Amino acid sequence: MPKRSDIKKVLVIGSGPIIIGQAAEFDYSGTQACKSLKEEGIEVVLVNSNPATIMTDGETADKIYIEPITLEFVKKIIEKERPDGILASLGGQTGLNMAVQLANDGILERLGIELLGTSLQSIKKAEDRELFKKTMQEINEKVPHSAIVNNLEDAVAFVESVGFPIIIRPAYTLGGTGGGIAKNMEEFRYICGKGLKLSMINQVLLEQSVAGWKEIEYEVMRDGSDNCIIICNMENFDPVGVHTGDSIVVAPSQTLSDMEYQMLRSASIKIIRALEIKGGCNIQFALNPESYEYVVIEVNPRVSRSSALASKATGYPIARVAAKIAIGLNLDEIRNSVTQNTFACFEPSLDYIVTKVPRWPFDKFTTADRSLGTQMKATGEVMAIGRTFEESLLKAIDSLDIKLNYQLGLKLFDSKTPDELRDVLKTPRDERIFAIFKALQKGISVEEIVSITKVDSFFIHKLQNIVLLADEIKNAGIAWLDYDLYIRAKKIGFGDSYIANLVNVPLDTVLELRQKYPIKPVYKIVDTCAGEFEAVTPYYYSTYEERDDVVVSKRNKVLVIGSGPIRIGQGIEFDYCSVHSVRTLKELGIESIIINNNPETVSTDFDTSDKLYFEPLTKECVLDIIRKEKPEGIIVQFGGQTAINLAEPLHKEGVKILGTSVKSIDIAEDRDKFLKLLDELNIPIPEGSTAFSVKQAKTIANRIGYPVLVRPSYVLGGRAMEIVYNDKSLEEYMKMAVDLSAKHPVLIDKYINGREAEVDGICDGEEVLIPGIFEHVERAGIHSGDSIAVYPPHKLSQKIKDTITDYTMKLAKALKTVGLFNIQFVIDKEDRVYVIEVNPRASRTIPIMSKITGIPMVNVATRLIMGETLRGLGYKPGLAKESKFTAVKAPVFSFAKLTTVDTFLGPEMKSTGEVMGVDRDYHHALYKALIASGLSIPTGGSVLFVTGERDREDCIRMASRFSRLGFRLMADEDTFVWLKEEGMKAELVPTDNILEYVKSDKVSLVISTPAKEGIPGRLGFSVRRTAMEYNTPCITASDTTNAVLDILEHMAGKKETQIYALDEYSVQTK
Amino acid sequence: MKSVLVLEDGTYFPGEGFGQKGETAGEVVFNTCMTGYQEITTDPSYNGQIVTMTYPLVGNYGFNGEDNESYKTHVQGFIVKELCVEPNNWRNTTDPDEYFRKNNIIGLKGIDTRALTQHIRSHGSMFGIISTECGNVDILLEKLKAKMQEKRSLVMEVTTPEPYLIPGGGNTVALLDFGVKRNIIRSLQKRGCNIYVLPASSTAEEILSVNPDGVLVSNGPGDPKDLPGAKAVLQQLLGKKPLFGICLGHQLLGLSLGGNTYKLKFGHHGGNHPVKDFITGRCYITSQNHNYALEKDFSSDIEITHMNVNDNTVEGFRHKTLPVLSVQYHPEAAPGPQDSAYLFDEFIKMMQHAKC
Repeated sequence: MPKRSDIKKVLVIGSGPIIIGQAAEFDYSGTQACKSLKEEGIEVVLVNSNPATIMTDGETADKIYIEPITLEFVKKIIEKERPDGILASLGGQTGLNMAVQLANDGILERLGIELLGTSLQSIKKAEDRELFKKTMQEINEKVPHSAIVNNLEDAVAFVESVGFPIIIRPAYTLGGTGGGIAKNMEEFRYICGKGLKLSMINQVLLEQSVAGWKEIEYEVMRDGSDNCIIICNMENFDPVGVHTGDSIVVAPSQTLSDMEYQMLRSASIKIIRALEIKGGCNIQFALNPESYEYVVIEVNPRVSRSSALASKATGYPIARVAAKIAIGLNLDEIRNSVTQNTFACFEPSLDYIVTKVPRWPFDKFTTADRSLGTQMKATGEVMAIGRTFEESLLKAIDSLDIKLNYQLGLKLFDSKTPDELRDVLKTPRDERIFAIFKALQKGISVEEIVSITKVDSFFIHKLQNIVLLADEIKNAGIAWLDYDLYIRAKKIGFGDSYIANLVNVPLDTVLELRQKYPIKPVYKIVDTCAGEFEAVTPYYYSTYEERDDVVVSKRNKVLVIGSGPIRIGQGIEFDYCSVHSVRTLKELGIESIIINNNPETVSTDFDTSDKLYFEPLTKECVLDIIRKEKPEGIIVQFGGQTAINLAEPLHKEGVKILGTSVKSIDIAEDRDKFLKLLDELNIPIPEGSTAFSVKQAKTIANRIGYPVLVRPSYVLGGRAMEIVYNDKSLEEYMKMAVDLSAKHPVLIDKYINGREAEVDGICDGEEVLIPGIFEHVERAGIHSGDSIAVYPPHKLSQKIKDTITDYTMKLAKALKTVGLFNIQFVIDKEDRVYVIEVNPRASRTIPIMSKITGIPMVNVATRLIMGETLRGLGYKPGLAKESKFTAVKAPVFSFAKLTTVDTFLGPEMKSTGEVMGVDRDYHHALYKALIASGLSIPTGGSVLFVTGERDREDCIRMASRFSRLGFRLMADEDTFVWLKEEGMKAELVPTDNILEYVKSDKVSLVISTPAKEGIPGRLGFSVRRTAMEYNTPCITASDTTNAVLDILEHMAGKKETQIYALDEYSVQTK
Repeated sequence: MKSVLVLEDGTYFPGEGFGQKGETAGEVVFNTCMTGYQEITTDPSYNGQIVTMTYPLVGNYGFNGEDNESYKTHVQGFIVKELCVEPNNWRNTTDPDEYFRKNNIIGLKGIDTRALTQHIRSHGSMFGIISTECGNVDILLEKLKAKMQEKRSLVMEVTTPEPYLIPGGGNTVALLDFGVKRNIIRSLQKRGCNIYVLPASSTAEEILSVNPDGVLVSNGPGDPKDLPGAKAVLQQLLGKKPLFGICLGHQLLGLSLGGNTYKLKFGHHGGNHPVKDFITGRCYITSQNHNYALEKDFSSDIEITHMNVNDNTVEGFRHKTLPVLSVQYHPEAAPGPQDSAYLFDEFIKMMQHAKC
């Protein structure tokens, strides 16, 4: 069927902020889909609240709305834009849920707007557990024994009939939010109660557990003429029981015979037909490892994290094709953009093995429950490609950037006895792969590990191969590390760092050996067809074999280092920057090469750069590519700390680092050198010093006075940073921190409880452009990534802005910065401005600042890096003119997924994503940002205060404002007393009842400011967690609360909020 | 055990041997299926060919007693990147190395199979020799040239020597065995057919003597033009009985209707080939294994019903007036997608219709 002629304008719904279970993959698929629609001449309108996306860039769609993805706002956009159709299946669960809401609202019917792609009925058939079960029964596909319940009584009745363990899955949530496996009645009541509350329709599925079976996934596509194809199948290393987002996954399946493969393939096609899906879907099966028996676990009727992975694993652009199917095209009418000579109607054949390994946030959330189950906990993932399973797994581990003493995390379980290791293996945890390695090293047999973990023996034998070779290398030592052994080590995927570690020599010794032999990798193309057809796609991976597919051009080239997996502190914004840098290089006629290993991102799409190397971001892998391609230089400032960390080691190898020099990076990151520079420039910094011992730390703290801010040197996202109020907590901290990083000392600074501001600047080495200043709503002490930030500053005086501008210009010039940099400031009560830190690289605010000011910061920075000047580009140095619009950035958290993590905000970053609210004034912009971030702002009801002594004054002020707005006040015992002393009426909530109140509908907002670093078991902690789990709005900082009060006071009875398209405010002025 | 593959153009790939020791020569082809290696080694269509698997890990799920496509293995040699040493699957009975040894197959592993595949893609399929005894390229090239002079009757080596009956209660099918895959027989059995499996050299009289309701012309190895006798037999059957051709059978039917066949550069061997059905407008992913194809235009009596979406080669035709159904691909799959199994139902319908 040719393209439909009645569809001229399409609204694409994005997925909103990054949260666990819904990450960068939807920027990738959304961007691809928008491009695909535009290719077909469709006018594309887009809504997405996440500014740190390529999707929300001017060139991606014709009209872009960075507005909250709520019924209220999306309806406004629809009324204004009147699209012919809506495409919701590319915006993850957020997109699908919005489609359902829009349909239920009646607006689509009223305006004659069609839901494109998969129909609403099909979405319901796949997502509503009861309908799904019925549909599967009609086509004779088995599903696990299950029941769908809407209340706890029915749930208990069912579980009494089938027994434990039992899986609980709430309907219409993403990433398995609120689900889990219960082994007894107590756990069951808890998980089930929570699940019922979290489900959009108060519905949960109870399901017989098939834990231990193989978990196999199929990515299927179907077009309007009922043609069906399988893009790829995938096998989970971890058996059923661990969420696929938390599993190590390989593609294609490794342990299935053709009989089994085709059996599940045929079932997949039967299922996608029965559900009448138009576009892509993901089907998960549990396969009995001892028979042909299988059950269908789940169907996602949309593109997903798995489909992004499948796209990168095969080279098949699922989202691009799904978008074309949605407007009527058939698979045999869409060209395969990889080969360009074949069509989208085929099934990719792989001639390599792909391994995905999740990246978990447990390095940040040290108190979090690290066990893995049906609720996803990973924030991101890495993918690696190899010609053997071992190679692809080890490359993936290398890509994680977790520095676990190199690939096998040797030291991690060193001290454990075999029995302790057996115990560790019993529960799936993030570190289980390393525990298996260690168990094998300690002589536990493959058979025993298989019986404990239920991981297929095929995989454990492969891990055994790795362990045996590691032992052999260790035994050989440097003396016997001959060509033969070394090449075997490289073929199995050992990084040179790991080999050096095994034979106990410096890395350079191994690198010399490699030059001597010489041994170097070859690069192969990911071509969708296993070499059968010639491919034009420049998408490569390394391996140690004979033939190299790469043709090195004679053009001028530049290598951009990507940022690796999404983690807290290093999110999608760095991928955004990398993509823009690459695009600018293309504009400049320079061949752009990117290295990255994150399958979820736009930067690893095959047509983003001129060449894509899907590789670990290690010195070795980057250097190999540099030696092959011989680029003019490399750019490290857009790939976050991962890329910056490579600057010095690569510079030492003679690689030219473009932009800010390695020397300047060092000055900015080395505490003493930085202090010296500030001193020279006469720029103040909070008093502080470096401590190497506990004693020294105490002396410093007492000299400058508590509270102090302590942190290890070289930090990423505020890792292990804390505000410490006395000697005792300092001692506790030092014990932990020194352990954490023996090489680096601890920094101790005076904590200034002032306002914070930050600046992203662009410098050509001599002159500086400051697009704008961001003011933080929360005072210092809350990590900048977790603060609400406002542009232009809402409360900073002209004098302060001038000082910030002055310091910024001085610093950037003194550091001879070329490209982007970010400076954090704190302003004390006397309006004195201090510099807190300088990051000689792109920061997380770049996408927002670029969008609100219209200054394409990465584009400009890349041009400066390549030798242009600000004046040459027409920019006037200094602070740019402020926009007439206000932008507010609000953080978004994934606490629902991470149990036993305190939700209060502090110097450690906790947010996983962010949203932007834009309007003509501060209050409306703030309102939009908070709504978009998922905070439901109550307009009445009761506010419960659970506050600490330190916040007494703030608390009283807030309470009276709430009271004036007509809220009823409730308070815990302490707060009640202060309020009473101030003559304010409040309902006393006894400590014993407080959690019941939070769970019930009696409380519409909780204000809980932490008295102390959250400790599980304390009241504040329990209140915050309970509020989180029962979806009761909860604010943990008084500044945030005041901002909410501002909105409530300002907006009461005001006219409706307007919507604004990107091109209305993102206007570049020079 | 050292081993090497030498191609007729002198290109060589040193690797490691597995399975049987010795030397073997044949046409080197690549197969892009990611599963189904047991079916491939036992597929009679591969008689005379050395098969290299593009998927790098082979043998992961071992070998079993059920997935054979004939009574014995037929590949002339087998080339993989890595052969699994510790396979695992509930049906596994024989470990890979043992399987190849037992079945006298000379294997080569540890080579860059993608490089070999790309070489064949660029230069076309060619002959090669694997040796575990000699690494001297010149000597092996001499041996290969000699082997290439030998004229083999690939079909006669694999067809059944004697007719036999697989009894069933339904339609009687005369199955002309040019190297039939077992799953074709299973597919007919599943539909209740009474099957006479007949040797490739059967005459029209012999075929008609079993009084079949239809004739299935099977797949098999080699060039259809090497079988002029079969072409003549099919011409005699035309119009007398419903005919269903698969792969080589399809090419032979085409020849018998006045068509012409030609050799493809490197053939189609895999489970992911898209085929467009012009009658239904649908696309199917098919299992394919052939080096020859039919030319497009050959007779006004014929309607081309299926084409390959990638390279526009003929994938299926039917006769405008007579009950003739013919496809280049494998509706019986094994290995590969099972989407086209419905064609066996069509064959049954055709036979039923002819009876009325």
